[in-house]
Amino acid sequence: MSTMTYLQAISDGLREEMRADERVLLMGEDVGVFGGAFKVTDGFIEEFGADRVMDTPLAESAIVGTAVGAAVVGLRPVCEMQFADFVACGFDQLVNVAGKMHYRQGLAVPITVRLPTGGGFSGGPFHSQNPEAWFMHAPGLKVVAPSTAEDAKGLLIAAIRDPNPVVFCEHKHLYRRVKGDVPAGAYETPFGARVAREGDDLAVIAYGAMVHTALEATANLDGATVRVLDLRSLVPLDEEAILETVRRCSKVVVVDEANATCAAGAQVAALIAEKGFEDLDGPVVRVSTPDVPIAFSPPLEQALLPSVDRIKEACRELLAY
Amino acid sequence: METDTATERSKLAQAAASEHLTPDDRIALLRTMLLMRGVEARAMVLYRQGKVPGSFYDGFGQEAVSVGAAFAMAAEDRLCVLHRDLGAHLVRGVPVERVFAQYMGREGGVTRGRDGNVHFGDKDLGCVGMVSMLPDMMLVATGMAMAFKLRGERRCAITWFGDGSTSRGDFHEAMNWAGVQRLPVVFVLENNQFAYSTPIEQQFAVEPSKRAAAYGFPGVPVDGNDVEAMFEAVRVARERALAGGGPTLIEAKTMRMHGHAAHDDMRYVPKELLEQWRRRDPIDRQVARVRELGVDVEALRALVDEEVEAGVEAALAMPMPDPATAREGVFAEVAEPLGDGLAPWSGFGPDREDDR
Ligand SMILES: Cc1ncc(C[n+]2csc(CCOP(=O)(O)OP(=O)(O)O)c2C)c(N)n1
Repeated sequence: MSTMTYLQAISDGLREEMRADERVLLMGEDVGVFGGAFKVTDGFIEEFGADRVMDTPLAESAIVGTAVGAAVVGLRPVCEMQFADFVACGFDQLVNVAGKMHYRQGLAVPITVRLPTGGGFSGGPFHSQNPEAWFMHAPGLKVVAPSTAEDAKGLLIAAIRDPNPVVFCEHKHLYRRVKGDVPAGAYETPFGARVAREGDDLAVIAYGAMVHTALEATANLDGATVRVLDLRSLVPLDEEAILETVRRCSKVVVVDEANATCAAGAQVAALIAEKGFEDLDGPVVRVSTPDVPIAFSPPLEQALLPSVDRIKEACRELLAY
Repeated sequence: METDTATERSKLAQAAASEHLTPDDRIALLRTMLLMRGVEARAMVLYRQGKVPGSFYDGFGQEAVSVGAAFAMAAEDRLCVLHRDLGAHLVRGVPVERVFAQYMGREGGVTRGRDGNVHFGDKDLGCVGMVSMLPDMMLVATGMAMAFKLRGERRCAITWFGDGSTSRGDFHEAMNWAGVQRLPVVFVLENNQFAYSTPIEQQFAVEPSKRAAAYGFPGVPVDGNDVEAMFEAVRVARERALAGGGPTLIEAKTMRMHGHAAHDDMRYVPKELLEQWRRRDPIDRQVARVRELGVDVEALRALVDEEVEAGVEAALAMPMPDPATAREGVFAEVAEPLGDGLAPWSGFGPDREDDR
């Protein structure tokens, strides 16, 4: 066990798995000599060589598409999108080639695509997105989004070992802000939710960076005890944990950093409406980013992304319902 | 851009000679082309009878492209097969009844009714089925080749794609990547003059085989209606790839003799153009060669027809998939890589020519 940042934990997970399994290779833009735009793979090329830490051409469709090809002949590629936003250029390969392969042909595609997601630092409209819902909507892809260092490592190792294409959403704003104890060695974190804090009066359901925003917003909320459920995995979505949370707290705020329409949070709200209605004691309340590109200038960006204050206000209103 | 001048034709005829085919190979090439044509012609009838749902695409007139190219591939090579390339599946060993069952959406089809028509690949025979998005499979084949190179294996990947799909970005991304990394991959462009109704003049300003130079590897125009020329070009490209020479783009010049799909009467294709290509039919050409070997071609045709009919009968007897299973199989429980396919070329026999 040692204390690591979220970013170090991701590096550690990659390194452990590359040491353990020679089929694992990294592919991405500037991941080799430079060590990646965020330095996740710093020093990897020295340990594993340029063949396994591959600096690719600037071509996202090719990164995903060639990873599929390598996977179906026995490798375990881990692709890095330099920023999650650029996965738009590899969308087709992921959704149409990788995602549908097993259903159509019984052929497994064990690839992991790492997406540095999220805003909060003036990245602007093309370096701040949270595109997880694009992939939740595409059959055959798993989607995970850790919020802690320990889970970042464990979910990444589980993603690499999974026989399916996994979209791994790592929130950029957590890279160096979040630290925690991380077990040594290789371990897998299951693709399911965890309770980030116990409570009975109200629940906040979130994932990724919003787990931390939710914890902060509800740490001291007029004496109410607030459960925070960290989804960790969006596909598969931990229905049982969500519904159990509804049964326990009866009041639910769903927080999502992505644009509101058809977001992961919308799916959670729909699930509760369908299967948890009888346990509710108030409307499901959503806090999310409006359907607007993420603006560059700090006051504009802050006006868009869910904040501690907005979550607090939503919780207070629901508690008073 | 059609190369129909006398000089071009004689050049193509010369290129047709392959010293690497035995009489049995030549017969096998013809037999597989006849089988492809027979299966597709029969499937078209089944389609009109309402027994093949959805749409139906065929490769009538293009049989030499997939049969000749696939014939040059070894068991351990890997193929990403396109929609006019039924011949490649037949070479690799997919039984005719499974092809018909595939077209009919039956449980015994290669995708067990999960996908239709030529959208299939038998994973146990080293083939990945295409997706509709063209030419996505160029990148998958490039990735396979990348894995072969990384592991130091003497294996090769091949993929087919049409003239229309050369306009999309994935064509560029695959050509560039394969060129940069000098990967053992063979790209077979099926230039059949039309992409749906769009003629090649509206698709590119520079012939694709010439574009290969810009990616650092050869682009080789081949008479795509000569199955032996196709075989030879791919054999050479594969040898080059195995020797570390990198990719080759083979531009198979051919003609789509039917509409884009069953619904298309292709009135946009000039009659004379079709007539001109009909005289260059790939099967007629190989029939002439095989007759010279003293083979009874009519007997061969009869055997093929029997195989086709037996395949239809067997497929019609197969059940449709159980609707209760419609949600199954989206995710894999285990990851197993592709298996090896058949490689009928005599060069892959006991005294294998390619010094593996
Ligand atoms: C990216 C993409 N856009 C549109 C289509 C619809 N479509 C199917 S086949 C086709 C024409 C393809 O032409 P070509 O690549 O020359 O292959 P051919 O069918 O002539 O063999 C089109 C437009 C498609 N399959 N993929």
